[in-house]
Amino acid sequence: MAGAGFLLFAALAAALGPWVWPADPQFIDIAARNQGPSLAHPLGADRLGRDTLARMLAGGRVSLAVAAAAMALSLTVGTAVGLAAGCFRRLDGPLMRLTDLFLALPLLPLLLVTIALFRDALRAAFGPEAGVFILIASVIGLTSWMQPARVVRGDALALRGREFVVAAGALGASPRRLVLRHILPGVLSSVMISAALGVANAILTESALSFLGLGFPPDFPTWGRLLFDSIDYLRQYPGRVLWPGLAISLTVLSVNYVGDGLRDALDPRSTKG
Amino acid sequence: MTTYALRRLLLAVPTLLFISLVVFLLLDLAPSDPTASLPLTIPPEVRERIRESLGLGEPFHVRYLLWCKQFLVNEPLNLIDALLGRADGAERLRVLSWQTRSPVADLIVERLPQTLWVVGLSYLIGALIALPVGVFSAYRQYGWFDLAGTFVSTVGFSVPTFFTGVAMIVVFSSWLGWLPSIYDTTHRVTDWASLLRQARQMAMPVFVLALYNAAQISRFTRASTLENLGRDYARAARGKGLRERRILFVHVLRNAMIPVVTVIALGAPQVFGGAIITEQIFKVNGLGQLLIVSIQGGDLPTAQTLVFLFAVLIVAFNLAADLLYGALDPSIRHD
Repeated sequence: MAGAGFLLFAALAAALGPWVWPADPQFIDIAARNQGPSLAHPLGADRLGRDTLARMLAGGRVSLAVAAAAMALSLTVGTAVGLAAGCFRRLDGPLMRLTDLFLALPLLPLLLVTIALFRDALRAAFGPEAGVFILIASVIGLTSWMQPARVVRGDALALRGREFVVAAGALGASPRRLVLRHILPGVLSSVMISAALGVANAILTESALSFLGLGFPPDFPTWGRLLFDSIDYLRQYPGRVLWPGLAISLTVLSVNYVGDGLRDALDPRSTKG
Repeated sequence: MTTYALRRLLLAVPTLLFISLVVFLLLDLAPSDPTASLPLTIPPEVRERIRESLGLGEPFHVRYLLWCKQFLVNEPLNLIDALLGRADGAERLRVLSWQTRSPVADLIVERLPQTLWVVGLSYLIGALIALPVGVFSAYRQYGWFDLAGTFVSTVGFSVPTFFTGVAMIVVFSSWLGWLPSIYDTTHRVTDWASLLRQARQMAMPVFVLALYNAAQISRFTRASTLENLGRDYARAARGKGLRERRILFVHVLRNAMIPVVTVIALGAPQVFGGAIITEQIFKVNGLGQLLIVSIQGGDLPTAQTLVFLFAVLIVAFNLAADLLYGALDPSIRHD
């Protein structure tokens, strides 16, 4: 419950941030440079005098949006692959081999390589921020669909043999209707658990990429980027590292708790825990 | 069992070829220019000559096959030569780094010890901590030890290593000044004092990674032990009047460890790939750092070789885990 509460808080703070705290994250106030916490800047200001709280809120918006987009993409691909493999025997072998191949790829190195190489092209095509957003969200999504696909396939395989599905098939339901109306609702609970894990994973990956300097452009705050920028001032202003780090950690922690809670709530076999 | 092992081994070959093709294609299709970081004063025709000298003039399949030959045939042969102390096979074409113009294999050999020491040790420590914690948490489920252990492990894999690492630098280097924040690679261990210094500079990266690994392994150990404690054979052993210690350590543990061993084997290749961030924080110049530098410098041969090497490790450890599973659990016979 605490997990869901914090997650809601983080999402609300990110979404309503500009109204709650109207400072401009890009506004440079050199007089306030490197200031500690004060009434005007509750979390202090960075080396150019930009308000840290405003940057945190803006960064959270980007981080959570990337995570949500990547999760949606990975779930769509994963569910589609899983359903196709679980419901149609002919597709099962090839699709699962493909999944195994993707699982054998070294993901973080590949992500780094892809982003470093395609960043400039997409930036030219969609503008610096939208381009990088599309790139990072799609790259994370396309490299994390394997777990949902496996889970969905397992569930679909089990459901396909159940009486109500067989009965619907005997009544003449088309394969499409069988899959979409009878099997898909049955696998939704595991899809939701995968969604929670996917969000946690996507937040971590995005901030790791930003942390390695391969994420969004420097004037565009995300939590990982804020952490990365603060490292150079670690000794003088350790507090500046703390806030984005705490935000990432607490969000991922709460997402994981929500995932655990979902699993316990949706799985009638498991006891409390 | 043997036929199964052989089949898996044969299946690994196309997998690796496919991965090498993906890695090569990805890097090759990417709109990046290795001469982009050279000074702008170089005239275009000279730039074109530089590109050709790097081997970029050839069509795609020629370069791919050449790279395969260099990586799969020439480099292993060179390695064997070096191990046997034979004369250097200078006439064999090697994978050269564009940045340093030295063979990539030499760079890797140079970086490998740091990665193995720091990352390997942390994985070992992580596993050694995780196993007893996981088993004991499961044995006293919902006891205070279990609650604390579960909380720490959830925190451990939710908090990214780049935050734990940075937080530790703040506390132990900035405030307390106990430990150095930068890993000194040139440091040589010659006597007790230098060994102590080596231990001090390794303490933080090893701890950060060990915490992360221990969190994942202990969660798994706990789940597996819990599952086995509830099984009929455990109840039967208890009903027979065996001592608790014997039930836990002899009957349950043997079965519970089977999936745990495979998970540890599966996680091992991540030791090399996943430590990129930790190496970056503590400035350990290991393999991960080499990869970052080669990506930033547009050094395709080095990046290709490293990524492919990570893939080889993953496939090899997957294979090992599968075979281990069959060997440890007689009820799973693959043929």
